[in-house]
Amino acid sequence: MNLKLKALTKSLWVFHAACSPCNNCDIEILDVLTPRYDVERFGIVLVGSIRHADVLLVTGVPNYKTKERLKKIYSQAPQPCLVVAVGGCACGRVMFKDSYNSPCAVDEIVPVSAYIPGCPPKPEAIIAGVVKLIKKVRG
Amino acid sequence: MSHKVVIPIGPYHPLQEEPEFFRLYVEGEKVVDINMVIGYMHRGIEKLSESKHFDQVAFLVERICGICSTSHPFAYVNAVEDLARIEVPGRALYIRTIIAELERLHSHLLWLGLAGHFIGYNTVWMWAWRYREPVLDMFEMITGNRQHYAMMKIGGVRRDIEEQHIPALKKTLDELVRAVDMFKGAVMDDPVIHARLKGIGILSRQQAIDWAVVGPTARASGVNIDVRKDDPYGAYDKIDWSVIVEREGDIFAKTKVRILEMYESISIIRQCIDKMPGGQIDANVKDIPPGEGIGRVEAPRGECYHYVRSDGTNRPIRHKVRAPSYMNVASNKVAAVGGTISDATITLAAVDPCYCCTERVTVIDKSTDHKILNGWDLIKLSQEKTENLKKSLKV
Amino acid sequence: MSIKEQVRETLAGRIIDWYEHAPRRIYISIKPQDLKGAVSSLFKDLGLRFVTASGQDTTKGMEILYHFSFDKTGEIFSLRVLMEDKKKPEIDSIAPLFVGAEWIEREMWELLGINFIGHPNLKRLLLAEDWPEGKYPLRQEQ
Repeated sequence: MNLKLKALTKSLWVFHAACSPCNNCDIEILDVLTPRYDVERFGIVLVGSIRHADVLLVTGVPNYKTKERLKKIYSQAPQPCLVVAVGGCACGRVMFKDSYNSPCAVDEIVPVSAYIPGCPPKPEAIIAGVVKLIKKVRG
Repeated sequence: MSHKVVIPIGPYHPLQEEPEFFRLYVEGEKVVDINMVIGYMHRGIEKLSESKHFDQVAFLVERICGICSTSHPFAYVNAVEDLARIEVPGRALYIRTIIAELERLHSHLLWLGLAGHFIGYNTVWMWAWRYREPVLDMFEMITGNRQHYAMMKIGGVRRDIEEQHIPALKKTLDELVRAVDMFKGAVMDDPVIHARLKGIGILSRQQAIDWAVVGPTARASGVNIDVRKDDPYGAYDKIDWSVIVEREGDIFAKTKVRILEMYESISIIRQCIDKMPGGQIDANVKDIPPGEGIGRVEAPRGECYHYVRSDGTNRPIRHKVRAPSYMNVASNKVAAVGGTISDATITLAAVDPCYCCTERVTVIDKSTDHKILNGWDLIKLSQEKTENLKKSLKV
Repeated sequence: MSIKEQVRETLAGRIIDWYEHAPRRIYISIKPQDLKGAVSSLFKDLGLRFVTASGQDTTKGMEILYHFSFDKTGEIFSLRVLMEDKKKPEIDSIAPLFVGAEWIEREMWELLGINFIGHPNLKRLLLAEDWPEGKYPLRQEQ
């Protein structure tokens, strides 16, 4: 068991990278922070820089412009860094897989630790996904 | 002087949505030029649409934008119905109108919250999003999903609004009126908000016309355009409502237009519930003939425009989509230049570009040519200004 | 005089074809060389609002529709121009007339490969900087 990872699950600091999504997953992620769901109770906070983050949250299907960005963001993340793919696009590109501007899926660019499918996943589903991830990391 | 342009890889801003990249060129405090780079969202939807069946395209265009997720399919079905000259049953028109107005409510609340956040009122953000939740519950009750409602279908709607939904819908609207009253009071009577939003980010009437802006951005500059009135679709011509127009063109006017529009939306939904006829909700369309059609819808951000062309097969051969922000975001160039950096965040956010993407702003000081601030700092700067104003106004 | 009559009178000799699909949807074909003048009179003299332009790769050539809206009564006038040279389509830019057309022309330039003569700032808008030259995603052969 990676001790660093275990320590990290106490309060996850999340950095949110939107790779050409349709905004919906992003809104639901913000929704998780607002009064009804309020995950800040559990120490989960969105941070402004990847250098402060434990978790990289990716939404959308990367295009040629955001693909390079995502790679760089991940390379700047302090390790160990977990990656969570939120939404159908980030999990498997769904209806955009034949697009001329969609070179690859998220998990071909960065190693993904958890997939949260849905279009968009409900806030409850996002929270459930995070709980599963924490449980897995703690072993 | 040539400027060395520094593109930050991050920091992404936590509130970020549509990635757009703004480069601000500043001299001291003053913004002297602004350069926008877009295309981080480009997924080739227009081309994908040519490979999908007419019915499937409605689902595809829904995924253009999550906040306007009914405006795009609505404009698309309007275009196809114009192309094929389809008569839509009355009940379906009313249901479409109700869904579109609920969407406007949730979108304006969302914007209000973010605008609050950008000027340092995080409480407004939390409250606005709290009151947005019941609207999403209504969507879930009627359509089965909180976002991406998939209600629009060529020739009608996919689901009916049932009798048992109506009491809950009415109750939510009643509660929402009280919430909007609260926001109206909070914004209109607060001296700090007046000091912060009045007279900045001005888009004059002539500029609004030249940049061809639409929606609340245009209406706040005294341009009286609203597709719902000008080229009625859905049930808007059977309902009594008015277009909100302000003259000033500053951010306060834009905020005011959006808040007052929420009252109109609530009133439209109430009238729709009362006037909604019974009967079919779907015209059972079979074939789409060759031809071309144009459909437009007043999305929360302005006119959403779809052009569809068919050659008689079951797929469109051309589908052009023009989202409202396409015109509005470009106008930031005039609205933000000449202002100060601390006002830049709220100015860029004021057109409601499906969220302001301040994380992509780099500030470049022209004298030293170095990147000095990132998006996070900009919001802090904006929030500090509000704090200082509060102190000087002693509130 | 209704707006339709005004448009017909203003464009007079330049109209090749006038087609009313619906009372509020009017398609007007004109020659590419008349475009700039026609757009100028619609936008500046008649006060129509520029909505957008849509380019298309058809069997006859590259076609652009310039959509204008008259908001008082809700009509949409679409000016249709056809460039028969598919290899190297060119047309006058309307961006110098009003800034609102700048982005859409850049978009058509990169997605369809239509050259806009006199555009102030013709560079990539949507695609990545390293997108291969000469590859236009919205053309039919792609």
